[in-house]
Amino acid sequence: MDVFETHTGVGVPLRRSNIDTDQIIPAEYLKRVARTGFEDGLFAAWRKDESFVLNNPVYAAGSVLVAGPHFGTGSSREHAVWALMDYGFRVVISSRFADIFRGNSGKGGLLAAAASQDDVELIWKYLENNPGAQITVDLVSRTVTAGEIVAAFEIDDYTRWRLLEGLDDIDLTLRHDSEVAAFEATRPSHKPVTTLA
Amino acid sequence: MAGTLAEKVWDAHVVRRADGEPDLLYIDLHLLHEVTSPQAFEGLRLAGRHVRRPDLTLATEDHNVPTTPGPITDPVSKIQVDTLRRNCDEFGVRLYPMGDDDQGIVHVVGPQLGLTQPGMTVVCGDSHTSTHGAFGALAFGIGTSEVEHVLATQTLPLKPFRTMAVNVRGRVAPGVTAKDIILAVIAQIGTGGGQGYVIEYRGEAIEALSMEARMTVCNMSIEAGARAGMIAPDRITFDYLKGRPHAPQGADWDAAVAEWVTLRTDDGAVFDHEVDIDASELTPFVTWGTNPGQGLPLGEFVPDPESFADEGDRMAAENALAYMGLEPGTRLRDIKVDVVFVGSCTNGRIEDLRAAAAVVEGRRVADGVRMLVVPGSAKVRLQAEAEGLDGIFTEAGAEWRLAGCSMCLGMNPDTLAPGERSASTSNRNFEGRQGKGGRTHLVSPLVAAATAVRGTLSSPTDLHTDILQEV
Repeated sequence: MDVFETHTGVGVPLRRSNIDTDQIIPAEYLKRVARTGFEDGLFAAWRKDESFVLNNPVYAAGSVLVAGPHFGTGSSREHAVWALMDYGFRVVISSRFADIFRGNSGKGGLLAAAASQDDVELIWKYLENNPGAQITVDLVSRTVTAGEIVAAFEIDDYTRWRLLEGLDDIDLTLRHDSEVAAFEATRPSHKPVTTLA
Repeated sequence: MAGTLAEKVWDAHVVRRADGEPDLLYIDLHLLHEVTSPQAFEGLRLAGRHVRRPDLTLATEDHNVPTTPGPITDPVSKIQVDTLRRNCDEFGVRLYPMGDDDQGIVHVVGPQLGLTQPGMTVVCGDSHTSTHGAFGALAFGIGTSEVEHVLATQTLPLKPFRTMAVNVRGRVAPGVTAKDIILAVIAQIGTGGGQGYVIEYRGEAIEALSMEARMTVCNMSIEAGARAGMIAPDRITFDYLKGRPHAPQGADWDAAVAEWVTLRTDDGAVFDHEVDIDASELTPFVTWGTNPGQGLPLGEFVPDPESFADEGDRMAAENALAYMGLEPGTRLRDIKVDVVFVGSCTNGRIEDLRAAAAVVEGRRVADGVRMLVVPGSAKVRLQAEAEGLDGIFTEAGAEWRLAGCSMCLGMNPDTLAPGERSASTSNRNFEGRQGKGGRTHLVSPLVAAATAVRGTLSSPTDLHTDILQEV
C-alpha cells in the first residue's frame, strides 16, 4: 500500500447524500475475477446521465471526491473502494461515512476524511465557483485546503497511522512474522497437510 | 479457568495478543473455491506476495460447475473456473478440478478427505464453512480480502466471538432428522439470533447424531446469523476420521486422539447465551417463507401475517407470502411443488442420498414433478453408484447428476424458472436464490423424497405408515 501523507488533486463536488455502495458500483460488476479495472463501474448508473459531475471534462483528473453525508451505506462490497481508487480517487470527503465502507477504505488505502457538513458546503461552493480547482488534503495536520478555506477533518488514529506508514492489513501481520514462525514451530505433527502424495 | 470448546480452540491458535489489537489467529486449513478467490490471488500478485502455506491450502471447483457431462458453457462461470486453475498452478495450491475423483463441494470434500479434524481452525471464502464445526473445529466464512490475508500470512486478525449453547435435550422421534433440528433452532432464535456468536450444539439429541448429520446442523449455523457452529468431538468423530486419507496415522493418531478428547466445554464454563430445545417434541420441519427462520412443523398451516406480534416479523411474513404465492391458513401438506432438489453442502452426503433413495425405492416421482439428485462430491457419487442408489433414483424418474453446488444457488444451469416451486434440501430460501422468481421450501432429504412421490410437501409416513422401519 502506498504511503499517504499529503495529496493535492482536482476536487469533485458530488452534491448527494446517502450514496450507497450499489450506486458506487452496481452488483453486475461483482462477477469479475480481476482486482483492478473497476473504474468503468464507478457510479455506472449515474454516469449515463450527461449532466452527472464526472461527465464534465473539467473533472476528468478528479482525485478528491467531496460528497454528502452517509457515504458508502448498504452492501459491504469491497469493490466500492476498489472502483473509487481505480478511477483515480485518493480521498473521499464527507461529513459521515458508513462503518463498513470506512473500514474497507482504511484497508484499501483510500482516505475517508470526515469533515463537518458546514465545511463540506464551503468546499462545494469553492469547487463550483472554480471548476477543476485543486485542493490539498494533509493527513499529517488533518486538514483540507481549498483556496482560502482550511477545514479540519477527523480520522481515527489507528487508520491514520496505517495510511501514513502505508501499511495494509497484510503488511501489519507480516511485521509479526517471527511470532507466526514461532507459533508454527509449536504446531503438533499430527495436524494435516493438503499436499499428501 | 473453565472454558468452552470454542474458547479452547481459539486460545490454542492465538499467535499474538496485545492490548487494543485484535487477536492474531493461526489458521490450520484454508479452503478455496472459484467464486471468492480470484481477487485474493490478484491482490497477492499485485503486491508481489506468495502463498505462505500452500500445504495448508486446498481448492476445489464447485459453485459454477455443470452437473451434466461436458464443458462449462456459461462464459462468466468458465472464466472463474479457469482463473482458479491458473492461480492454483501459479501459487502451488492443490486443486481438485471438475472430473477429478476428489472434486466436489468444498465443505463435503474437506471432511471426506479427513482434512477437517477436531480442534482445528478452518476458513473459506464461503459462509457455509461452519459445516466443519461438526468435528469440534472452529470453522467460519471470510471475505475476499481476508482470503488474501490468510493466503499471505496463514493468520487472521480477529476479535473473539461470543459463545452460545444450543441444548437439544431428549431424543428425536424416528423420521426426524438433523435438518429438522436445525430448522427448528433457526425458527426459534431467528435469522439474526446468532449474530456475533459461535454456537455449540449440545445435548443427547446432538450426541446421537452421525458425523454427516452433525455437519448438516453446523452447516446452517450461519442461517441463524452465527459466525460458526461447533459440536464437541467424541467416539463418533474419531471413528469417522480413522483411516481417511489425511487423518493422522500410527503414533500421530494416538497423540491426536489424546488431544481431541480434551476438546469439551468444561463443567462450570459459562456461555454468553443459552437456548434450550426439546428434541422429543420435534417433527419434520419445512419453511414457508423467504428466510430460513420462517419455518414450521409440516403438520401446520401457512401462518397469517397478522398473527405476528412484532411489526417487522409481520411485514416480513406479508412480503414472504406474496413472493411465495401462498395464502394464510393453507395446510403446508397441500402445497404443490414443481421441483425437488436433493443435494448441497447441507444435505448432499451419502447418508442423505441413502435416506432419500429408501423413500423413493419402488415408487415413482409424481407426474409434473422434476426431481434432481446432485451428490455433494464425486466420491459421494461413486459411493452411491456402488450401492445402486443411482438406479433407484432414475427408476423412480429422478435425474442423477454430477457433483456440485447446483440448484442450491443456481450459479450453474440448474435453476428454477420464475414462479416454480421447489422442495429443497439446501440451506437458503431467499428470493431468487434458486433462480429468478423461484420459490423454495427448505426440507430434509426424507421430506424431499416423500414430496417428490406425492407432489405436495409430505413426510415419508404420508406414503406408508411403516416406512420409517425401511429407511
